[in-house]
Amino acid sequence: MAEAKRKKLPFWKRKQKQLNRSMAGNTILFVVMGICGVFMALPLVMIINNAFKPLDELFRFPPQIFVRNPSLDNFSDLYVLMSSSWVPFTRYILNTIIITGCGTVGHVLCASLAAYPLAKWQFPGKKFLFQIVVLSLMFSYNVTAIPNYMIISWLGINNTYLAVVLPAFAYGLGLYLMKQFMEQIPDSLIESARLDGAGEFKIFFRIVMPNVKPAWLTLAIFQFQSLWANTGSGFLRSEQLKPLQYALYQIVGGGVARQGAGAVVQLIIAAIPITFFIICQSNIIETMTTSGMKD
Amino acid sequence: MQKKTKWQYLKQDLHRCRTCYVMLAPYFILFFIFTVLPVLASIVIGFTDFNMLEPPNFVGWSNYIKLILEDDVFKKAFKNTIIFAVITGPLSYIMCFLFAWIINEFHGKLRAFLTLIFYAPSISGNAFMVWSIIISGDRYGYLNGWLMKWAFTYAPIQWMQTEKYVLPILIVVQLWLSLGTGFLTFIAGLQTVDKSLFEAGAMDGIKNRWQELWYITLPSMKPQLMFGAVMQITQSFAVADISINLAGNPSVNYAGATIVTHLMDYGSGTRYEMGYACAIATILFGLMVGTNQIIQKLLRRVGE
Repeated sequence: MAEAKRKKLPFWKRKQKQLNRSMAGNTILFVVMGICGVFMALPLVMIINNAFKPLDELFRFPPQIFVRNPSLDNFSDLYVLMSSSWVPFTRYILNTIIITGCGTVGHVLCASLAAYPLAKWQFPGKKFLFQIVVLSLMFSYNVTAIPNYMIISWLGINNTYLAVVLPAFAYGLGLYLMKQFMEQIPDSLIESARLDGAGEFKIFFRIVMPNVKPAWLTLAIFQFQSLWANTGSGFLRSEQLKPLQYALYQIVGGGVARQGAGAVVQLIIAAIPITFFIICQSNIIETMTTSGMKD
Repeated sequence: MQKKTKWQYLKQDLHRCRTCYVMLAPYFILFFIFTVLPVLASIVIGFTDFNMLEPPNFVGWSNYIKLILEDDVFKKAFKNTIIFAVITGPLSYIMCFLFAWIINEFHGKLRAFLTLIFYAPSISGNAFMVWSIIISGDRYGYLNGWLMKWAFTYAPIQWMQTEKYVLPILIVVQLWLSLGTGFLTFIAGLQTVDKSLFEAGAMDGIKNRWQELWYITLPSMKPQLMFGAVMQITQSFAVADISINLAGNPSVNYAGATIVTHLMDYGSGTRYEMGYACAIATILFGLMVGTNQIIQKLLRRVGE
């Protein structure tokens, strides 16, 4: 009855008044949200618009945020620059696919395999292992950059894909998130599979992994983001091994004349991780619900 | 029958769990090689004069003494890093929570859209380079363009070449970038707060959303708040990329120098003074982990 009555009202009155929510409070918060939202979004709006601006609009005074005569000149400029590069451009794309592909799959596999015993088993050393992973979240990679370089040279994997891919397998955040998420799988599920005589690896691949799909999607997205941003500087010295990101920066580095192509490059670099996030947003949020630190 | 010793129990446990050690092995071998070993190596190399060419000599504390007493750039970098951490750390933490809390009032597509807008800057790689157009020193920069259009100034301001503007601008850009993993955790955490608590709270006399936030929402989100703190603190100490790309390295009169840029200058830059760079890295490690531990202790105590 109440529902039918509500539907007769115009849409702005249709919403029920929520508990402890005043109109004034709503207004203030939404205005704050609006201002901050514009501040956050403005640079991204600029990136999108710049990519479509013809050269005279890029150097207009006073500068305009929005494009007036959108053109695809910048895209074709970039295409020309790409096809005139010394190493075929498809090679850079292939490198990026190999690095992000292997790095992501390897990380998800390694981290999930290690997270399963940490979440569901009791064994000597469990607490210690998890604590050093948590500790590793507390400093950034800058701390380890120099010794890492020496270790990679010492292992003889410098200037190969492995130099970028192998360290990526063992990021701390992935294991942490996966372990927290796996803890909510009911023990009875694993127990019943064990009674049916399934081995641990079978349980892992048949029972655990299908149940933590949101978590491994999240790990994959996070890993993709960090590998996508990797220019391979320091480790990948041969031109044939460099990833796309590096090649794109080389183009931007060409000075004022390449400002148009540079704007497109920025759009591409930003758009790809954002697109992946949009596709997997609900899975990522689901994973993050378990990310809290319980002690 | 002989009673089993502690050692035998451990051996039995190790044998029983051999499958799980096999599962742990790939990740943790790599983790030890690329995370644990480098931290230990960094501490050790910090006490030597290693330069990649000659075999290292043990030099005791001299790298640290030189850092603290003689290196004026390090002093400036240290000061800047602390300023960054003290301002962007707490502020970005509050921003993460506040925005997540407001976004939580929305539903469906609008909520997803707002989450995207606020989260996007932190994942869009080097998108912050667009700020170099905004703050460009000539009159084609957006900021100069607007200031001149509205007659606040008549000549373009050299934003990144003027010492007093460098740090504030970098802080603004850092804040713009800082709604990352912590923000997502809060968004997710707010959705899990038990709805019946709000109704029960209303019965007990909670009158508005602020009381609701303080007495119900915050206490039930403690695990997420702790995790978010780790993410934001670590991030706020590691500011470097934006400084190098927007202000240059070295920046004008080292106004944008941070511990990380100083570290890169000595380590991966042109100097190859690895011993000295590792001493800097060790100090950075101590700062990050120390601050994180203190904040964790404080947060754990909240609401107890």
